[in-house]
Amino acid sequence: MRRTTGLAAVSAVTMLIAGCGGGGPQSSGDSKLTDDKIVLGVLNDQSGVYSELSGKNSVKAVEMAIADFKAKHGDQVITDNISVEFADHQNKPDIANNRAAELYDRKGADAIFDVPTSSAALKVADVAKAKKKPYFNITGATTELTGKACNKYTFHYAYDTYMLANGTGRTVTEQGAKNWYIVYPDYAFGQDMEKSFSAAVQAAGGTIVGKDPTPFPNDNFSTFLLKAPTLNPKPDVLGTMQAGADLVNLVKQYNEFKLREKGVSLSVGLMFLTDIHSLTPDALAGTTYTDAWYWNFDQKNREFADRFQQETGARPTFAHAANYSAAFQYLEAVQAAGTDDADKVVEQLEGKTIEDVFLRNGKIRAEDHRVIHDAYLAEVKPAAEVTEPWDYVKILKTIPAEQAFASPSADCKM
Amino acid sequence: MSGFLQHTFNGLVGGAFYALLALGLAVIFGMLRVVNFAHGAFYMLGAFGAYVLLTEVGVPFWGALVIVPVVLGLFGMALERAFIHRLTRLDPLYNFLLTFGLTLILQDLVKSRYGVQSSPYATPAGLQGSVDFGLFTFPTYRVFVLGFAILACLGVWWLLTHTRIGMVVRAATERPELTRAFGINVGRWVTPVFGFGIALAGAAGVLAAPMRAVNPLMGTDLIIVVFAVVVIGGLGSIFGSVAAGFGIGLLQAWGEAYLSETAPILAQTLVFIVMAVVLLWRPAGLFGREESPA
Repeated sequence: MRRTTGLAAVSAVTMLIAGCGGGGPQSSGDSKLTDDKIVLGVLNDQSGVYSELSGKNSVKAVEMAIADFKAKHGDQVITDNISVEFADHQNKPDIANNRAAELYDRKGADAIFDVPTSSAALKVADVAKAKKKPYFNITGATTELTGKACNKYTFHYAYDTYMLANGTGRTVTEQGAKNWYIVYPDYAFGQDMEKSFSAAVQAAGGTIVGKDPTPFPNDNFSTFLLKAPTLNPKPDVLGTMQAGADLVNLVKQYNEFKLREKGVSLSVGLMFLTDIHSLTPDALAGTTYTDAWYWNFDQKNREFADRFQQETGARPTFAHAANYSAAFQYLEAVQAAGTDDADKVVEQLEGKTIEDVFLRNGKIRAEDHRVIHDAYLAEVKPAAEVTEPWDYVKILKTIPAEQAFASPSADCKM
Repeated sequence: MSGFLQHTFNGLVGGAFYALLALGLAVIFGMLRVVNFAHGAFYMLGAFGAYVLLTEVGVPFWGALVIVPVVLGLFGMALERAFIHRLTRLDPLYNFLLTFGLTLILQDLVKSRYGVQSSPYATPAGLQGSVDFGLFTFPTYRVFVLGFAILACLGVWWLLTHTRIGMVVRAATERPELTRAFGINVGRWVTPVFGFGIALAGAAGVLAAPMRAVNPLMGTDLIIVVFAVVVIGGLGSIFGSVAAGFGIGLLQAWGEAYLSETAPILAQTLVFIVMAVVLLWRPAGLFGREESPA
């Protein structure tokens, strides 16, 4: 008896799911959208360490993209019913996994955006593959997303560890800083960054004179800072792969130990505008790093940044601009395909060349879904040269899209 | 050789923070038999206190170093009266729940006002240079931190050995029942001692502001090591907490300097390995004594 009730319940639930889910993929006849609406899902850190460089303001950026998309197409727009759903993954892979499935299945998300923390991003890529729905990674850094873990529905926007290492490591070495001392946090991102950086420095003819893994998280880097000038040969530059609060700790202490005066300059693996804001530009003056986008680079960026500031009160980081761009380009692809059918949208995106506020010389590579675009070598200005709030860096060099990113990996099998 | 001396000195500076925090935990545990898991949050509040005083009132570092510990000490006393003193007759689990809960509340309050991004705080004027010790130079501010911590520890030692309240605290720490039996009112000293422990954490936070990232979570990671320090020194042992604080600072600095290239895992876990060994060998800690069965 019990068994039959159980069975009945299961079959009832199955029918319910089949009924609610809008059925399987509909034929792309006149009915263009699977459920008469488009839902964009933003999955990121809403209150933890990455909530300021991305977080709530990324949701705002996606909302801006929707408004701009509707304004652009007017009456011709595929649907007026476009909304945003967001979820907090707390930078934890297992939570990211569940939230992503929830966004796709229950919240009706047609695509997911953002997802900081590489391990979480990799989980979401798996979910996207299983659900056959697009996923635009913005803030996850691992190159694995376009390598071993690549799949038809996952796109990697903005940046990756190769871009950061290659941009900073290679360029700074070529500019004459041959000897490097690298400190990196001892977890997946840090180890990945250290390998990429060492490779880039050596490829440009530089030498790694020392490298040290540090505890993560860590608030005391003094031992490594004391060690740096005593290495033989003396390093020209200290390369730090620390991020967030660890980076703030390291930079404060780098200044305390006066390493710049001792001839050891500073290069940062990954830095966001918000990091410079909290350290103040004086603490970082002269530091070089690779930026995926800078709000005050040209008039076009500035206009976007002005609107963004009106909405949020802050200037956008590259993560915010990239979320905007990805959401806008996804909607454009839906418009062009005339449907939100994932396979047709992906087809639209693959190989497409794009110019927008974020992507300069942008192209979505069909081979591995790496979205390539110009990157920038940036240097933090001394406070005396900062003329307005948030305008903290000058762009030393534009790294052309083709050079900024690695060529498609052999590990990627779509 | 100068390298070794430099790392040793550096270890003592790192240890200064552990010692100040562990000392506060030790006097609180000694007097109240409460393990204050919120200690890291008070350290964080100390750093934020300095930041807020500077940015919103214009009080510089030196003023903050006096005002913040006093205000936090009073706040601690209020908390003790309102909540902590209720723990004495309860299962130790409630101790954990209350103080850990306080940590979360304090952290989130600060987070909701100041966000998670670190707030800037510059090295105080006058302490920005370096001191030349002949064999090596060291940032002046760090020398000051070490000096301050040593003076604070000596000051506490003097209070404990030369004043009546010190005697009461020592007696109550070692034989609480017996002290009461002598007709000494231990209870009236409980609240000030708790406040004093919190004030020490606040002072450590102010000291940290110029050299560490000031953010709502800055206490959480530090406090884990501080608990290891307290366990190694012996819970409730005042001398043990200070000695272990500086000792662990040294051990960490030497480990990072000489082991992180060859054995990074060992360098990063050294403190906890030592803790495990001490627990196996002397469960009451290096300087602790077994609790007498009253």
